[in-house]
Amino acid sequence: MSLLTIVGGLPLLGALIVALIPSKSSEIIKRVALGATLVIAVVSIFLATGFDKNITGIQYVQSNTWVAAFNINYAVGIDGISLVLILLSTILVPIVVLATWHESDVGRWGTKSFYILILVLETMMIGVFAATDLFLFYVFFEAMLIPVYFLIGGYGTGNRSAAAVKFLLYSLFGGLLMLASVIGVYVIAGNQIGATFDLAKLATLQIDNTTENLLFLGFFIAFAIKAPLWPFHTWLPDAAKAATPGTSVLLLGVLDKVGTYGMIRFCIALFPDASKTFTPLIITLAVISIIYGAFMAIGQKDIKGLIAFTSISHFGFITMGIFAMTSQGMSGANLYMVNHGFSTASLFLVAGWMMIRRGSSTIADFGGLQRVTPVMAWAFFIAGMSGLALPGLSSFVSEFLVLVGTYTRYPVAAIIGTLGIVLAALYILIPIQKTLHGPITTGNENLKDLSLREKIAISPIILIIVVMGFYPKPVLDLINPAAEKVVVNAGFTDPIAKMGK
Amino acid sequence: MLTAPSLTYSLIAPMLIVLGGALVGVLVEAFIGRVHRAAVQLTISIGALLLALQQIWRIRNISSTTAAVNSVTIDKAGIFLQATVVVLGLVAVLLVADQDNFVGQASAVPGSNEEKSSLQEKSQQTEIFPLFLFAVAGMMLFPVAADLITLFVALEVFSLPLYLLAGLSRRRRLLSQESALKYFLLGAYSSAFFLFGAAFLYGYSGTISLSGISAAAGSANNVFLLIGIVFVSIGLLFKVGAVPFHSWTPDVYQGAPTPITGFMAAATKVAAFGALLRIFYIGFAEEQALWRPLITVIAIITMLFGSLVAIAQRDVKRMLAYSSIAHAGFLLSGMVALNKDGLAASLFYLFAYGLTTLAAFGIVTLVRDSSGEVSDLNRWTGLGKKSPLVAAAFSFILLSFAGIPLTSGFIGKFAIFSAAYKSGNISLVVAGVLSSAIAAFFYIRVIIMMFFTDSINDSVSVIIPSVKSRIAIIIATVISVILGLLPSLLLNAATTYANFIK
Repeated sequence: MSLLTIVGGLPLLGALIVALIPSKSSEIIKRVALGATLVIAVVSIFLATGFDKNITGIQYVQSNTWVAAFNINYAVGIDGISLVLILLSTILVPIVVLATWHESDVGRWGTKSFYILILVLETMMIGVFAATDLFLFYVFFEAMLIPVYFLIGGYGTGNRSAAAVKFLLYSLFGGLLMLASVIGVYVIAGNQIGATFDLAKLATLQIDNTTENLLFLGFFIAFAIKAPLWPFHTWLPDAAKAATPGTSVLLLGVLDKVGTYGMIRFCIALFPDASKTFTPLIITLAVISIIYGAFMAIGQKDIKGLIAFTSISHFGFITMGIFAMTSQGMSGANLYMVNHGFSTASLFLVAGWMMIRRGSSTIADFGGLQRVTPVMAWAFFIAGMSGLALPGLSSFVSEFLVLVGTYTRYPVAAIIGTLGIVLAALYILIPIQKTLHGPITTGNENLKDLSLREKIAISPIILIIVVMGFYPKPVLDLINPAAEKVVVNAGFTDPIAKMGK
Repeated sequence: MLTAPSLTYSLIAPMLIVLGGALVGVLVEAFIGRVHRAAVQLTISIGALLLALQQIWRIRNISSTTAAVNSVTIDKAGIFLQATVVVLGLVAVLLVADQDNFVGQASAVPGSNEEKSSLQEKSQQTEIFPLFLFAVAGMMLFPVAADLITLFVALEVFSLPLYLLAGLSRRRRLLSQESALKYFLLGAYSSAFFLFGAAFLYGYSGTISLSGISAAAGSANNVFLLIGIVFVSIGLLFKVGAVPFHSWTPDVYQGAPTPITGFMAAATKVAAFGALLRIFYIGFAEEQALWRPLITVIAIITMLFGSLVAIAQRDVKRMLAYSSIAHAGFLLSGMVALNKDGLAASLFYLFAYGLTTLAAFGIVTLVRDSSGEVSDLNRWTGLGKKSPLVAAAFSFILLSFAGIPLTSGFIGKFAIFSAAYKSGNISLVVAGVLSSAIAAFFYIRVIIMMFFTDSINDSVSVIIPSVKSRIAIIIATVISVILGLLPSLLLNAATTYANFIK
């Protein structure tokens, strides 16, 4: 059994242990959940240290037959891209558990179900990034909707059940389109090389153009809904507003990355020609997402809505970097996925604490927090700065790489994209000014500053944001070889070399 | 000299045992005291079904076209289908045994004093057990029938008891009786269509055996064949509830006693699809150019129509009825594929879907208020709070119907559509995917009602089921869960048994 399987299986074990604890001892449940997720984080770091970055191939490979009749295997393995995303997931989950200690107290079904759902979700998040079998990936991709659905609908606020349904129906629709494509790929493989779901083998298929384009679209729309790209984004703001901050962190920080990850792993790897055909269209959509998300974010009165729309803008950057088809763009996009995870997490968690204290999520209700709650204000400030990609913080490196990588192939798109950075300054600085500075608005006088628990929860994220801003090399070393391989396998070469500077 | 025909009893033993059980059941009605009848009848039914299952196991590797004077073909797929019917029957009979779903005295006029006194006396209509066994026997014969006359006999043997059983609901009796009458009249029409088509097929080929019809391909006037295929198909499509022959489904599903609805939804589909598969794979395969476009169109319409209309339903039994119509469309897609994959996929789907359906209707019987079952979905709100376990099980079943991964429904759907894609019917795949997306909406709406909506102050509650129902529901649900996680257990068998012989 590969260590990867153990990392993926541990959360399920944790869920089982939590399930055995009586529902009344909620404090014990929380501690067990925290302990379990911390153990998983440590084991996953152990997994990373054992990863040989000099090998570009898939590591920690394991393959067992699952459904022999369709040649479906439980096949897992990771390269650099999957590894960093798994690390993102396993590190974020314990932080979320600690940061949102009281989120589950007010939900519909109590603490126990909440942590079981979180732990089951963690298994699926790891599985979706580790799967090297298309069918297995699809199973995780779809099945992970169910725990999120219950997390939003059962523990969220406001119009939570409508938001949960919207989220589920959008995702299911995309997933079913993808299912049609999965079936198509499977049958074509059956005709050419024998029925298989093995990704490496599927990448060798020769598919005629029309079919390839249609199959590509099936995958791409599913991922564009997940990621979400304009015009498939409308579920995200609703879901983010209704979900608890912890759920939102996992939703935007990790789950939506499955969309962009899928574009790299499936759209480009399985259908390089179709990717080429659709690149102009996708780059256009990405640019629209960047600008549209930014403008919508500027107009938001609700903090959660604001963060949701900034994410749509950021997902535009990631998609643009991916489909620029340059090694820099690809590395940048991958790094962006990680950085966005941490930066959104910090924004949502601090915003969540602000909202719990104030009992409101409207930006206008806050003001002068810097004087009342300095630590919380500084945390929000740093989170915000990371969101607008301030040099010296992690997001800057990735945004820069994406823009450079895109410029070499699509200069116009890169230039318009740069406008997104300018808008980012607006959508972050204005709310920061409104909430943190100025006179203390009524109702804010007696807010309490961060507790020790909250400080402990947020500090690793801020540490990561700062360190990765100055020294992204360890992560980039993991990503670069895999990212280059994706670009080369898709039949692209970096245009810089051709221009000869 | 007249020689006695060879019936090869050993091959038709499973059916004979069930028929024998039914006959003994009739005698029990006459000779055993009322107090013990129900227990004796249940024992006989379960015993007969178990024995039949054992006999099916015994003949599992035998294939023969000559059983019962060439009128029964025992082959791999036939045996699988028979076993499916018997297993579903075993689960269903436990639900049926919960007598409080059935009328105390069928002959009492609804609302009369006679009815009241029969209920006070706790009298039971134990004839349902022999009727049930007759239906099972007919359903076992239907998918192995090798000629048109045997097919017709089997059709009637399992339909007639069902017409009766549909009218025996304890509550809302007028609705139940109306549904029984409707089912009977429309069923009689469809039988007539079937016979009419059979006559044309005989005129075309000069034989009633399916292999004979297949051998006669191209030899005579195609118009006769086409008329024959169309009318025989109408008769069978009626039984599976395909659009446009579906109109009885919602009414009968709603009116019939819920355990019978579950049994009809699960086992009738197996039997009717088994027969359809055999007729089309054996009898009409040579002439596929004639019927494939027709059935493809019907499959597409059935999937989309069932899913769309289900959205508007406010009654859980009607919703499940339309969902079963949509599932009939999926199954037709597997049939149109006309390859071994399609057959294996259909076999898997029928078994998995049948069990899930039984579990679903089993759970529906548990949700009640003081006057009986509550099938109005609006009153199911907040069920997740009152009885989380039952609501969770029902949600799982709905997710399986919707085809979410890690459920048996997903594997079935995947198998069916990959077979359809393989046969080149991409339009079926697209329609199937679209209708699945539509269908997801109303399945999820029920989950919302149970879990995310606060219950209105209402007397609806989940009763503690009797041991029999509990066993049935638990078995059906657990097997569904297992098949979702480890589909190979059944899929390998379905692949091995996906074989018709001529």
